[in-house]
Amino acid sequence: MIPAAFDYVAPTSVEDALAALAQYGDDAKIIAGGQSLLPVLRMRLNAPEWIIDLGRIESLRGIRDDGDAIVIGAMTPHAVVGSDPLVAEHAALIAKAVEHLADAQVRHRGTFGGALAHADPAGDLGAPALALGAEFVIAGSGGTRTVAADDFFVDLFETAIGEDEILTEVRIPKRTGWGATYEKFVRVAHQWPIVAVAATVRVDGGTIAEARIGLTNMGSTPLRARAVEDALVGQPATADGVRAAAEHATDGTNPPSDLNGDADYRRHLATVLTRRAVLAAAGA
Amino acid sequence: MTVTDERPSDAIENEIGRDRRRKEDQRLITGRTRWTDNIVLPGMLHLAMVRSPFAHATITSVDTSAAKASTNVVDVFSGADFGEELGAIINAWPITPDQVTPAHSPMPSDRVAFAGEIVAVVVARSAAEARDAAELVEVEYDELPAALDLKKSAADEVLAHPDLGTNKSALWVFDSGEAGTGGNVEDAIAKARTDGIVIEREYRQQRLIPAFMEPRSVVVDPTGEQYTMWSATQIPHIVRFALAATTGVSESKIRVIAPDVGGGFGGKLQVTPEEWIAWAVGRRLGKPVKYTETRSESLMSAHHGRDQWQKLTLSAEKDGTVTGLKVELLADLGAYVAIVGGGVPVLGAFMFNAIYKFPAYHFAVQTVLTNKAWTDAYRGAGRPEATYAIERLMSELAAEVGVDPLEIREKNWIKHEEFPFTTVAGLEYDSGNYEAATAKAKEMFGYDELRAEQMARRASGDTVQLGIGISTFTEMCGLAPSRVLGQLDYGAGGWEHASVRMLATGKVEVVTGASAHGQGHETAFSQIVADRLGVAFEDVEILHGDTAISHKGLDTYGSRSLVVGGEALVKAADKVIEKAKPIAAHLLEASVDDLEFSGGRFSVRGTDAGMGIGEIATAVFAAHNLPDGVEPSIDSEATYDPVNFNYPHGTHLCAMEVDTETGAVKMRKYVCVDDIGNIVNPLIVSGQVHGGLVQGIAQALWEEAVYDDAGTLVSGSFVDYLLPTAADTISFDIEHTTTPSLTNTLGTKGVGEAGTIASTPAVVNAVVDAVRHLGVSDIQMPCTPERVWRAINGPGSGGSTTEAAMPHFDAEGGQA
Repeated sequence: MIPAAFDYVAPTSVEDALAALAQYGDDAKIIAGGQSLLPVLRMRLNAPEWIIDLGRIESLRGIRDDGDAIVIGAMTPHAVVGSDPLVAEHAALIAKAVEHLADAQVRHRGTFGGALAHADPAGDLGAPALALGAEFVIAGSGGTRTVAADDFFVDLFETAIGEDEILTEVRIPKRTGWGATYEKFVRVAHQWPIVAVAATVRVDGGTIAEARIGLTNMGSTPLRARAVEDALVGQPATADGVRAAAEHATDGTNPPSDLNGDADYRRHLATVLTRRAVLAAAGA
Repeated sequence: MTVTDERPSDAIENEIGRDRRRKEDQRLITGRTRWTDNIVLPGMLHLAMVRSPFAHATITSVDTSAAKASTNVVDVFSGADFGEELGAIINAWPITPDQVTPAHSPMPSDRVAFAGEIVAVVVARSAAEARDAAELVEVEYDELPAALDLKKSAADEVLAHPDLGTNKSALWVFDSGEAGTGGNVEDAIAKARTDGIVIEREYRQQRLIPAFMEPRSVVVDPTGEQYTMWSATQIPHIVRFALAATTGVSESKIRVIAPDVGGGFGGKLQVTPEEWIAWAVGRRLGKPVKYTETRSESLMSAHHGRDQWQKLTLSAEKDGTVTGLKVELLADLGAYVAIVGGGVPVLGAFMFNAIYKFPAYHFAVQTVLTNKAWTDAYRGAGRPEATYAIERLMSELAAEVGVDPLEIREKNWIKHEEFPFTTVAGLEYDSGNYEAATAKAKEMFGYDELRAEQMARRASGDTVQLGIGISTFTEMCGLAPSRVLGQLDYGAGGWEHASVRMLATGKVEVVTGASAHGQGHETAFSQIVADRLGVAFEDVEILHGDTAISHKGLDTYGSRSLVVGGEALVKAADKVIEKAKPIAAHLLEASVDDLEFSGGRFSVRGTDAGMGIGEIATAVFAAHNLPDGVEPSIDSEATYDPVNFNYPHGTHLCAMEVDTETGAVKMRKYVCVDDIGNIVNPLIVSGQVHGGLVQGIAQALWEEAVYDDAGTLVSGSFVDYLLPTAADTISFDIEHTTTPSLTNTLGTKGVGEAGTIASTPAVVNAVVDAVRHLGVSDIQMPCTPERVWRAINGPGSGGSTTEAAMPHFDAEGGQA
């Protein structure tokens, strides 16, 4: 389908992008990789007068080592994130989640920051970002601020990014040596997960020393399964050791009912997938 | 002038049977070809459609003023702006004399009967401007109650077309007792209730969407002496006929061209409102117009397929020998009776008995009107539904008797020495060998080993269980003997036409009435002609799809192009040789009786003298030295009416793993051994089988058109209408046995639909087989993980699909 007509600007710096955003305000939309915005435009769900393209801002691309964290530029394509050695070493959970995100075309056009800013609770990156305690660096006219993962996802398609702000990069604290698994449940490979569980654990002598668990599509935002995390600490990394803790995966969730499954089925899946994810992450 | 020699000696091997790469693929894959949407004409205008958001509503007003004032808009029309020049959308197959058929205007002015129906059309200088203006057309509706659920609609609770007084369109019945082809099924069932086995089941054939790759597109040019329509259609000849019949334009003034067409699967076997509206607008304005649908429009308004409830009763003796089969169908027509319409389930009527020797058979289908998108042919058209039902039932019978499902089939199928065999449905199967195909499939599959693994997993209580599904299918294809179509009240014949033109340079132009839309006709037909005339494959050109070039034809569907169109081709090529013979004799100064033709060359027996067919073509072109009274042409044509359908068959074996904790299913192995007679191009056949399998597997596992309570298509994009990709399938093991068809010269059978017809029940049988020991005997299609999980954990077959689609595209979201 054909989008309604719009004007287009492609600034080359964050400052210029913020200035454009300030100038066009409500009439503008920011485009990153376009994998969610373009369908919106083509289906005429929205008809912004201006599109501000971040694609020419070089400073928003790339992945760097920043001491105790790695930093992923918002405009870094998924495929780059998925094949990056720093990500593999220090944030294996991100690499696992990106590996089967959508399809190859989306992974090459879609961006890390764009997907997180879109804040689809069925998106693959929210749960891993939450589980890893990512920090979101957001630029505005008054400078930059950093928002913790727990405060970033506000509601369905809603984040802490203000209307006059731009997400520039995401800092992910290193969890070097942790095992990680993204257990994604789909009917066909390219679809959004019906439910997915992001699990990363540190195992010490056969016992789970630390665990961080995120849930995809179990509520209006990605969710952190803290009850599971707490219950896992000190448990042996075995099926029996993990089973009871995984039952807590439904705590505090409010999953949707849609064509792909009712809420009760999703709750059931969450417990099964959590057990499997933790065991796989623990190498059991 | 260059003259092509006879086929070079290094190419003497037969073309038929060779893995020729498709000569058409480069242009089709790169898109640098004549797709309809690629066509641009001088002064061409663009159309955008305004469609009803309501399933059923009275149109109270259409205000086009704002749209007309929009930039570069030329005009805006609603149904009221046209009279009879708009024509009508026809049903070519009234299945009973008293069929209730609603009038179908391409653009109704008073009432819409499904969501997606066109109420107005905008004409603008660009497609974007047309789209912009379409948003400005103000249509006011009074919503009416909508007939949506098939069973409730059959009970006339709410009427899809209130003026008709009923939703029941036609009741079509076949009874073997009355037809004299078998016994009385009620007697068989009554007897089985006392001393045998009665299996009663109700299966759902969910609604599917053909989902061809190229959306439909139409260009109309009214500026020449003939009006020309380019359309992404499977049926240019039928479109031409229907335009003439319904719009008052002389057939001789109409040229319809199906240029390269990107898939159809039956979904482009239609005469469409979009074509008729473009035709009317082009004529009204006297300017070329183009309309190309969006994917969303395609999913909601192009015809859908399947959508039946199947009530089935099978009777058998205690040992599993079948004694009767009773089939009662409800078939959802949607809002209108489409071109084949109720004929789709009727095509299935002859196939429920399949390869088995049922002594008694009764079939009844009630077609029903609803306020949903119309339904019509979709790959297999009636036969997948039939095959699904019988292959599921035979496995249920095996479970009841307590024997292996292959054993129950073998007990009941037609033995190879019993052909030709007249079935209880009245068809004569000419050939087949079910034993050979099954033996080969079992060996390839490792049947016994997989059964052993299944038993071991059951014994150990593995959370992942293994199931084996079987489908020993047959189908009728090669539509169709015209006499049979006449008996069934179909509005046309089933013949096909071909002509072979020998060009002055020795090249060969072949014109076929079949209309390829991805099948590979250009390659396969070139192979046939190359062999028949002994010319090089590269020297044969296949022309099709343009009624001005291919003036006679009945197009492509129903696995007919090779078995009917190919036979016409053979007969036309043979006539070329016959016409060339006296000319060759004259030029070689020999007697006709002393000539023999082989490898593209006439030679005089016992001498070195000879002449290539290309040389004769050149001599005929010059016409300097021909025998007296012989016309200067060896071009030939033939129209072939098949004497029978033909009957491919095969044994499909599928192993599925079921995760009992989540309900997830995973294909482990798929083997099929199809008997499609002699094969012209194995590579093309493999492609047809692979694609066909995936389409059938997709019905079993993934695809379903879902409507909500308001009649809105919920699965209205590929986010929610789940098409599989290569990532979701495994490598199939495909093989063939060969029992040549006896009803055509090349001994071929159709293959376009076989994979789709066979695979659906194989997959569902495998899923059910994996969890039968957990008390499951049915899982409704598509076998979603949730349905499988619910079937394992409760009564029933997993329930229907409900709820809305999940939103992923937020209108307000930013930076995405």
